[in-house]
Amino acid sequence: MVIRVDAREKVTGEARYADDLKFDRMIYAVPLYSAHPSALILSIDTKPAKDMEGVVDVITADDIPGKKRVGTVIHDHDVMAGDRVRYMGDVVAMVAAETQEIAREAAKRIFVQYEPLKPVLTPADALAKNAACVHSGCHDNIASSYKVRHGDVKKGFAKSVNIIEREFGTTFVEHAYMEPESCTAIRNPDGSVTVYGGMQHPFTTRKFVAWASGLPLNRVQIIQSTLGGGFGGKDDTISMICARAALLALRTGRPVKITYTREESVRESYKRHPFHFKYKVGVDKKGKFQAMRIDMTADSGAYCATSPFVIWRPTVQCTGPYIVPNVRCDTRAVYTNNTFTGAMRGFGSPQVNFAIESMIDVVAHEIGADPVALRKKNFFTQGCTTHTGQKFNQHKVSINEVVDRTLDAFGWKKKYRLCSKGNMNEDGIYYGVGMACSYRGVSLGAEGNDFCAAIVNIQPDGSMILEVGVAENGQGLKTAMTHILATEFGVDHSRIRFMDTDTSSITDSCPTVASRGTLVGGNAVLDAVKKIKDQMKPVLKELIGVSKKGYHFKNGYIINAGEPRKKIRFEDAVAACHNKKMYLYALGVFQGPPVHWKEETGQGDAYFTYVYGCQAAELTVDAKTGKVSVKKVVAAHEVGKAINPQMAVGQIIGGVAMGLGFALKEQIIHKDGVIQNMNFDKYRIPTATEVPEIEAILVENPDPAGPWGAKALGEPTNELMGAAVANAIYNATGIRFTEVPITPEKIRNALIVI
Amino acid sequence: MKEIFKLNINGKSYVVNADPERTLLDVLREDLRLTGTKRGCDIGLCGTCTVLIDGKPKRSCIVKVSSLSESRIETIEGLSRDGKLHPIQQAFIDCGAIQCGFCTPGMVLTAKAFLDKNPTPSREEIRKALAANLCRCTGYQQIVDAIELAAKRISGAKI
Repeated sequence: MVIRVDAREKVTGEARYADDLKFDRMIYAVPLYSAHPSALILSIDTKPAKDMEGVVDVITADDIPGKKRVGTVIHDHDVMAGDRVRYMGDVVAMVAAETQEIAREAAKRIFVQYEPLKPVLTPADALAKNAACVHSGCHDNIASSYKVRHGDVKKGFAKSVNIIEREFGTTFVEHAYMEPESCTAIRNPDGSVTVYGGMQHPFTTRKFVAWASGLPLNRVQIIQSTLGGGFGGKDDTISMICARAALLALRTGRPVKITYTREESVRESYKRHPFHFKYKVGVDKKGKFQAMRIDMTADSGAYCATSPFVIWRPTVQCTGPYIVPNVRCDTRAVYTNNTFTGAMRGFGSPQVNFAIESMIDVVAHEIGADPVALRKKNFFTQGCTTHTGQKFNQHKVSINEVVDRTLDAFGWKKKYRLCSKGNMNEDGIYYGVGMACSYRGVSLGAEGNDFCAAIVNIQPDGSMILEVGVAENGQGLKTAMTHILATEFGVDHSRIRFMDTDTSSITDSCPTVASRGTLVGGNAVLDAVKKIKDQMKPVLKELIGVSKKGYHFKNGYIINAGEPRKKIRFEDAVAACHNKKMYLYALGVFQGPPVHWKEETGQGDAYFTYVYGCQAAELTVDAKTGKVSVKKVVAAHEVGKAINPQMAVGQIIGGVAMGLGFALKEQIIHKDGVIQNMNFDKYRIPTATEVPEIEAILVENPDPAGPWGAKALGEPTNELMGAAVANAIYNATGIRFTEVPITPEKIRNALIVI
Repeated sequence: MKEIFKLNINGKSYVVNADPERTLLDVLREDLRLTGTKRGCDIGLCGTCTVLIDGKPKRSCIVKVSSLSESRIETIEGLSRDGKLHPIQQAFIDCGAIQCGFCTPGMVLTAKAFLDKNPTPSREEIRKALAANLCRCTGYQQIVDAIELAAKRISGAKI
């Protein structure tokens, strides 16, 4: 069994999260937020705050020496709002003081004069003719758009005997990482700045800090603290917070800490995009899909952030794992004055899979087919061509395998027959089961520049320092990388020290997103191992000879594979190399295999490999209260190869639990642009009594692109519960819910209508 | 107005000069630098700031320092002895019950108070005991596994 390398420090409370750091002469900074979802800023008077005893500095947009507007894709996001605010989470000023209490009191004394504007509150309003533009200088509110043109949908619908149309919707979801944002910035004697913080991707943060401060990248050092959860949510916002901390540290010369309250975190940080879907599906007389016409609109909120990535993935995956010869898909992300939206575990896939996998069950019902049989008839096959024109012949197409494994373990056939189908029992309880399945592109795909580095630095005593350009986000990356390195050299994990990501040491390896950590990081480690082993060869030849079979690295020894009695202790071989003036140090590099995408047609090899998953849920619905009790979930995920099976299982269980929140209860509620539920009293996430026992099944088909064959897992686990639960509620109550979350209130109301 | 308070934390005596309204969480984290106790919501709902007060799990973010003069306070820092982990801590490691780790101290202490009271719990009872401690990473199951294993190990050790 592989034990987490950071488990002990976490279970003893010794692990150092961002807010646990304290520095001599440290001061504390707090934000002053916008008072309106949309307004012009006429004036800001910071003097009353500056005059307060204990206040060290107050800054506004005028004090930003570098770029005032930054962003992951488009630079449309003000580091601090200067002339206009676009959502309630815009920061108008920052106050730094000797204590957080003083800073908060001083922030209240800043006087901002606004001219409120009529906010744009829904994508429909944003897309209306003559709608006000959220961003001046734009001619509409479209932040990003994509399309797919494949075959001829007119002909496809002409060949269909059944054409079914439905609309689906999802809402704003909060990441609800348990650790609110925190960072500390320190000005170094040479004028550079170091920021410690809880961010998922230190290299995004480095860019934001460099842009805002005007410093070159080499003078901005970001060191990741232990991260208290991210789920996609600790990228843009924390990077913005770090930039503000850095500006204050550079100005004051004192360490500046910013730690958010839960309310500040929820107010400012981006959410999962709400989507609105229109699906039109044509099925021929054999039950084969002939055409799909799909339209998706996502609420980007005030800023673009990562919207292009979040709408591109569901565009690529819009058909689900089904062969559809004729597809037309149009997708857009739209600016509004709501809280901005961005990456959240799945990048649009929990939303699109809720729509498509609900739609498949709708279609099955409409044409009188069994939902599983309809799926199987249309599944991707080995060597098939998808609607983006990609031929699936580079990886194992395992959709049938994951579905069969899930449904067998679940006892689907028997349970499906027992569903209430609208007839409650004597106690007023409905019973239902539902399933959903998906395919998912691994890593960044054609919209990103996919590469990663690792440094393996073997010390003269045979101990090793390991650095990888992707980051530990709680998912267990340190452990997976350590395990790969230790196994490749045949040594114990204890010999390896994994360094927290430091942007001044390891190279920019693109974000730790898209469930790419294991694949890209692992490959980079393997490359470094290979380089070091190659370097050691001449010395090993002298020490233990050479054979065609090469060397085994096992149990702390290096063994001549042709003559196994010739062996040497690993550290002795290392010492011998050291004596020959060799550095057993290597930069391992992974460069993603080629991928491509034609914007005009939405055709191309979008991702270099794919994973498959299936989840099934068993539940009851109380007719009186509308309460859904989930009794059991089975989830099978094809992962290529599980580097650490125990943590892989943990990813599945955690992803399903979060998916249940998405399906049944979680929604950030905006009223006139103002979030109504900013803490856990009103934003409820699943608890230990609401999450059922979950059976996790790891399906392994080692992939040529992955380290030891490993692919991806974090996000696929979180993208299926929406539809599985909606389908189960339908099979229980006979009511099709087309919007998540499916709350008790919605269920009660729907049951009353019946 | 600040006052002097004497606190008994992990068997050691501490003297703090604090506003009587100051929360135990602020005293632990900011004044005494016992940062193993985490801050997640400040309204007593997420459970990351859980400490044991006279053996009972309490939310240190809503406990005032002035209410603690006679109390025995246990934090995560006091759980392992002489470098040896408490069986609950060891079981969390063995069962893969830790991901980001931010809820872990609160979970471990809640589990300790629970197992002290109920040494042979069912999985359902464990889930109920954890219902007020939020975790966003694990989906709770491996935490339940860990507490079940710890219960077995502790009662086994007693036999």
